[in-house]
Amino acid sequence: MSEKYIARSPAVASRVLDGEIVIMSAIDSTLFSLSEVATIIWQAADGQTPLSEIVHKRICAEFDVSPEEAYRDAEAFVEDLAQHGILRVSSKPLEIDIPVVLEDSWA
Amino acid sequence: MSAESLALISATSPVSTAAGVTVEIGGIPILLRSDDAEFRWMVEQRYASFVNTCFEPRYQFEIDLRPPAEPSDEDAHVTRDGRLWRFERGDFRAEWDPQLCRGWVRQTPNPYSIDTILRIVHSLVLAEEGGFLVHAASAVRSGSAYIFTGVSGAGKTTISRLAPENVAVLTDEISYVRRGRNGYRAYGTPFAGELARVGENLSAPLGALYFLEKGPANRLEPIDDATAARLLLRNILFFAHDDELVKLVFDAAFEFVSNVPVFRFVFTPDSRAWDMVG
Repeated sequence: MSEKYIARSPAVASRVLDGEIVIMSAIDSTLFSLSEVATIIWQAADGQTPLSEIVHKRICAEFDVSPEEAYRDAEAFVEDLAQHGILRVSSKPLEIDIPVVLEDSWA
Repeated sequence: MSAESLALISATSPVSTAAGVTVEIGGIPILLRSDDAEFRWMVEQRYASFVNTCFEPRYQFEIDLRPPAEPSDEDAHVTRDGRLWRFERGDFRAEWDPQLCRGWVRQTPNPYSIDTILRIVHSLVLAEEGGFLVHAASAVRSGSAYIFTGVSGAGKTTISRLAPENVAVLTDEISYVRRGRNGYRAYGTPFAGELARVGENLSAPLGALYFLEKGPANRLEPIDDATAARLLLRNILFFAHDDELVKLVFDAAFEFVSNVPVFRFVFTPDSRAWDMVG
């Protein structure tokens, strides 16, 4: 299995509100509302941490799910967001400016 | 379209002496200049109470009319090149330099092209100041403005049609929201929907935003901010898929819902629905 590295695209607007992350693509204005697991993957997408490590340390450690199933779901999620230009995916670590996720600044 | 063909305005371009019509929407006067008296008359008729001769225009557009062609129902393509905005559709091409406060339009002699261009320009101006255009009806009652939005068929036209006599309908189609020092205001627009009626040219501070749903009984339900922002963003007019612009509008939607009361408004389409408003 080849390793995957994921990074949040700069071409997005995102915000965490009431624990829920909402993302809008600047490419096609598509709006995403992420689940709890998807939020963990999004926030860990620093371009440097392999997807398998994110799944193992952040998801399997917190949720009752097998590593195979968790990785399969994570891959599907990553591919979906990548198609909308929201995540960048590479087989090598990514060196890009990762946008900061704002935390409910008006609450 | 080549870049060369679009290089039509510059700081050294002479200001046209053609007569024009100033259309003031949302307190922002825009002068539309054209040599064609028939076109100017058409603009005056279409924008009626929004035509204003008193204000110094903030922006002016030179309009170059071309032979009539089939109307276009495609989406307008809006791009930014440095400080210059370009708008293009089958029936028009335009450029706008906000810093110079000037723009240029080449269009066929129809009212729809300039209407779309005005919507685009206002949406871009509003984004810079935390406001937006939104697919929604809006109305003023007892000094406060109320916005009614929702999916297609949710009841925007219906709620406008049911408005009692003491309510001034700002629009049944495109609502205009500006953010000022003292909060948000809604303005009337001439952008008509199914009622084919130009809105009242007035404004008022915003009282509430309602997401409409038709149902068996009238009721209001609170909506959490995240849901409200998501629903609002689905109805805000986005003409340009521009990184900076999308972020501005995205943030504007979240700030709006955290400052303005927002409700889900399930209503039965009769005049009693308005008992719930305000």
